Amino acid sequence: MKILIVGGGMGGTIVANNLARRLHGELKSGKVRIIMLSASDRHMYQPGLLYVAVGRMTPDELYRDQASLLEPGIEFQVDPVTEFHFARNQVSAQSGKTYDYDVLVIATGSRAMMGSIPGLAENAETFYTEESAVKMFKALRNFEGGRVVVTVGVPHKCPMAPLEITFMLNDYFKDRGIRDKVQLHYTYPIGRVHSLENVAKWAAPEFDRMGITYETLFNMKEVDGANKVLKSEEGSETKYDLLIAIPAHKGMEVVEKAGFQNGWVPTNRATLHMEGEHGKNVLVVGDTTNLPISKAGSTAHFEAEVIAENLAAVVKMGAPVRDYDGKVFCFIQAGKERATYAMFNYTTPPSPQPPTRAVHWFKTAYNKLYWTSARGLL
Amino acid sequence: MARKIIDAKGSFCPGPLMELIAGMKAAQVGDELEVLSTDKGSANDIPEWVKKVGHEFIETREEGGVWHVLVRKAK
Ligand SMILES: Cc1cc2nc3c(=O)[nH]c(=O)nc-3n(C[C@H](O)[C@H](O)[C@H](O)COP(=O)(O)OP(=O)(O)OC[C@H]3O[C@@H](n4cnc5c(N)ncnc54)[C@H](O)[C@@H]3O)c2cc1C
Repeated sequence: MKILIVGGGMGGTIVANNLARRLHGELKSGKVRIIMLSASDRHMYQPGLLYVAVGRMTPDELYRDQASLLEPGIEFQVDPVTEFHFARNQVSAQSGKTYDYDVLVIATGSRAMMGSIPGLAENAETFYTEESAVKMFKALRNFEGGRVVVTVGVPHKCPMAPLEITFMLNDYFKDRGIRDKVQLHYTYPIGRVHSLENVAKWAAPEFDRMGITYETLFNMKEVDGANKVLKSEEGSETKYDLLIAIPAHKGMEVVEKAGFQNGWVPTNRATLHMEGEHGKNVLVVGDTTNLPISKAGSTAHFEAEVIAENLAAVVKMGAPVRDYDGKVFCFIQAGKERATYAMFNYTTPPSPQPPTRAVHWFKTAYNKLYWTSARGLL
Repeated sequence: MARKIIDAKGSFCPGPLMELIAGMKAAQVGDELEVLSTDKGSANDIPEWVKKVGHEFIETREEGGVWHVLVRKAK
């Protein structure tokens, strides 16, 4: 059986390692092959970008060689997929090669679309890539005061990042002794400060306490860079001196090209199979699903465990063993030395507790433990 | 004046509102847009958004677990 995993990020890596461990014997005897195709030979710990943006981590700390994270026996190649041929059980890749599969796992992640709003890419800072996080760090260093606007579009990966960066900026400016010269303002597209109702209920009073103002039902329309004004679809405007954006995301281009709107693969919420006639041997993990849950590393992690366990059971017993229940766990960095978390699934909403230092230290430890988790050991 | 259905069933908050925003951009003044949603939160969010933007909210009704939110593009 040939299992082809497309994407070597959080989801793909955990599926591969977890499977390789469960199917150790089958891999050795050649009964099963696990092949991973990715777009990069390096693996980035993306949550670290948040810290890079405020000068608390450097980019080199975020990377490991992808091959070093994989269990022996996994055949890893850097050869980005350019087209899926679901009807033929094949993919084409950049090298010109085609790869066939008995089972396909799609784990290609998502991307922030800075280009989707006129004027945004030219005028706003962001931290969703290494380059942009370093650029934002420099812009912050040079900032001596004025109005900072954090603006958010949905959907985006890491549900907590907009709140976290806002809380962290509050501390960042305090540390530099210029908080009194900075006005912090936050905008969010729906009628509260966060998609998850309980998180919004917790975060709004935190904003009030920190003197952070906000406007809800604000959907970015365009940026007038000459006048430093951000305009909304709703007709309102907000002035800025420094604009920080988390724009709406899409899945990868190759997934969009397969005919899936915005690059989100229609996915069965319990089995994680791709919906539709060719989905029986296709599984989807991580950001690229269209599931109505947070696009987070922990989502990818919990989904990956279900997929690996089920695939191994199919090989050994002919049937999968369990469903995904929508589990997500997210830390929420509530400032530079305080954090809390949210845990939820399809049926139980989160109820964040007041932030503590202990959770902050746990998150700091996780920044390193991530690699153990990607190896499938945690 | 046209009547357009935006089928956002199975999509959760804030999905249906985002689809309405996209639909509004493409619509003409006077057009009616009917959002179908299985998410109750959106049934509340949409009228709130319509009010802020200054479009016209016509009605919300529930039929067999599906909310039909009807609005008119006013500007
Ligand atoms: C600033 C920031 C902060 C974050 N903070 C948190 C946090 O605190 N907690 C949390 O849980 N999550 C956080 N996340 C989100 C988390 O990083 C992602 O949700 C997670 O990485 C998703 O895993 P994935 O496997 O779906 O995608 P990714 O990890 O993004 O992996 C996608 C992989 O696909 C590969 N690929 C892309 N295109 C192709 C192609 N055509 N062919 C082959 N391979 C391809 C890429 O090279 C990559 O290896 C954060 C993200 C960012 C950007």
